[in-house]
Amino acid sequence: MSSATAVLSKTEIERWPSHTASIYLKEAKYEFLKNLRLRVYTASVISFPLMFYVLFGLVLNAKESIGNTHVPTYLIATYGTFGVMGASLFGTASGLASDRGLGWLQVKRASPMPPFAYFVAKVLVSMGFSAIVVFLLLVLGVSFGGVRMPLAETAKLIGTLVAGSIPFSAMGLALGYFTGPNSAPAAINLIYLPMSFCSGLWVPYMFLPKFVQQIALALPPYHLSQLALGTVGAGFHQSSAAHWEVLLAFTLICLGVARIGFQRDQGKLYG
Amino acid sequence: MIATLEETPSMQRADSGNVVASLEGVSKNYGEIRALLNVNFSVCAGQVVALLGPNGAGKTTAVKLLLGLLQPNSGKTRVFGGDPTNPQNRMRTGAMLQVGRVPETLRVREHIDLFSSYYPKPMPLEDVLAAAGLKKLRDRKFGDLSGGQRQRTLFALAICGDPDLLFLDEPTVGLDVEARRALWEEIRRLVDHGKTVLLTTHYLEEADALADRVAVINQGKIIAEGTPAEIKAQNSGKRIRCVTALSVASLLRIPGVTDARQDREAVEIRAGEAEPVVRALLASDPSLSGLEITSAGLEDAFLALTQDSGENENHRN
Repeated sequence: MSSATAVLSKTEIERWPSHTASIYLKEAKYEFLKNLRLRVYTASVISFPLMFYVLFGLVLNAKESIGNTHVPTYLIATYGTFGVMGASLFGTASGLASDRGLGWLQVKRASPMPPFAYFVAKVLVSMGFSAIVVFLLLVLGVSFGGVRMPLAETAKLIGTLVAGSIPFSAMGLALGYFTGPNSAPAAINLIYLPMSFCSGLWVPYMFLPKFVQQIALALPPYHLSQLALGTVGAGFHQSSAAHWEVLLAFTLICLGVARIGFQRDQGKLYG
Repeated sequence: MIATLEETPSMQRADSGNVVASLEGVSKNYGEIRALLNVNFSVCAGQVVALLGPNGAGKTTAVKLLLGLLQPNSGKTRVFGGDPTNPQNRMRTGAMLQVGRVPETLRVREHIDLFSSYYPKPMPLEDVLAAAGLKKLRDRKFGDLSGGQRQRTLFALAICGDPDLLFLDEPTVGLDVEARRALWEEIRRLVDHGKTVLLTTHYLEEADALADRVAVINQGKIIAEGTPAEIKAQNSGKRIRCVTALSVASLLRIPGVTDARQDREAVEIRAGEAEPVVRALLASDPSLSGLEITSAGLEDAFLALTQDSGENENHRN
C-alpha cells in the first residue's frame, strides 16, 4: 500500500484555474444547448409569456394605461417577471430532479467534474433564458405596442429581471432536491402559477382582491415585479432596497434548503 | 521529459501487484436492508477483476462505495491509497454506471466533449469514438440511440479521460453478441495499456473471458475469490454425461461423484476427477454409451456457490 501511495504522489495531477473555468463554461454551454433543444422547455418557458403579452398587452389593452404607464410597457415588466420565474424554475428544478432520480447526477458525481459546475451551469442557463424572454418581450413591445424607452432604462429593466432569475433558480434547486423526476413539473406548476397570479403578474396588483394583495407582499415574484416596474416608472412606494432585501433573504433560504438536499444525497442510493 | 515518457510503462508494470482500490471490512446498509457485510476486496494494478453475482447481490453497492458515491456504515474504502472522493483520484478514474436517463438532446460527441473536459489529459475525440464503436453515431442525439448504442456512449464517457482505473457496472447489459465481444476486446486493449478494470457482471461468460480475478458475491458477502480457473476447479470439477442402465442412486454411491441426475435419456454426473469415476462406470455397466466429459464452466461453479450460500443463510435463520 505504501509503495502504491509513493508511486501516486509522483503522478499527482493538478488542474489549473483556467482549466476549471473552461469546465464551468463548457458545462453551461451544453446545459444551454440541452434546454434549447428540449421543446417542452422552450415552448413553456418562452412561448407562454410571449403569448400572454401579445394577447393582453398588444391585442386587447394596447391603448390603455395603468396609472401613468402605458399598458404594453407595464406588462413587459410583469410578464417579464413571469417569464424569468418560469425559465428559472423549469431550468433548474425539473432537470435536477430527473438527473438525481434517474442516476445521471451520480455519473457526473463519479467523474472529476467540479461539483459546483453542475449547479452554476443551471443558474447561468436560467439567466440566459430569462434574458431571451425579456429581450423578445421588448422586441414585441417596441415593434407592435409603441413601447419607447431610453436605452439606460431598457438596460436597467433587463438587468433587474435577469438578476431576478437568481432567487428563482435557487428555489428551483431546492425544489429539485425534494421532488422526484415525475413529480417535479407538477410541483413547479403548483407553485409557479398561483404565485404568479397572487403576485400580480397576470392581473396588475392594484386590481387584485384585497386579501390577495396582502398575500402578494409575502411572495418573491411580487417584489421582483415591483423592481422591474420601478425601472419603467411604475413601481410602488417601497424602496428598491427593501425589495432586493426580500429577494436576497429568499435566495439564502432556498440555497439553505438545497444544501440540505445536497448533503442528504451524498449518502443515499437511487436506483 | 523523454526520460519520464519512457519511464511510464515500466512504472506501470512495477505498479502491478499494488492494490489500487480496496474495500476493507466494509459493511453497508440501506435502512433495514443489508447490502454488504464485512467485505474485504481489493483490485490490483494492471488487472481485470470481475465482481460476479446475481441481481441484488451487492455488486453495484460495492462499485458506488469505491467511487465515493456512498459512504460505508463501517470499514474503509480506499482508491489509490486515499479517499475515493479525493478530486485527484477522480481524475484518474472513469466510471460506467447504470443510468435511468441521460440528457437526450445532446449529441454523442457533445457528451464526450463535456466529460473529456473534466480530465487533465483526455483522449482525442476520434480515439474515444473508435474505441467505443461510435464513429458513425457521433452526431446522433442520445435520445435517438438504441439501448446498445447508449451503453457504448456511457462506456465512451468512462474511458474518455484516459483514466488509470476503470469501474464498469454491468457494462454489456443490453449489448448484442457482436457489440459485447467488441467491448471485451476494448477492455483487453485497455489492460494491455496498463489500465486497471473492475467490472461487475452477472454474465459468467464475461467474467471467464475477461477477468484475471473473479470475486463471487452473494447476499452482500464475497463467497469465493480467485482466478476463473481456480474457482472452477474448487467448486465443480468435471461433468460426465452418458447413457447407462445404472440408477441415479447407484451412481451417487461411486466414490468421487458429487452429483448425478437424469437428463432426458442420459445421466449427468459431476465429479472432482473424471477418470476414476469413468473407470468405475465402465466396469459396472458394459452397455454404457454416449460418454462425454467436459470441464464444468464457471456457470456451474457459480450456481454451486450461490446456491450453497443461499442454503447456509436459510439454515442460520
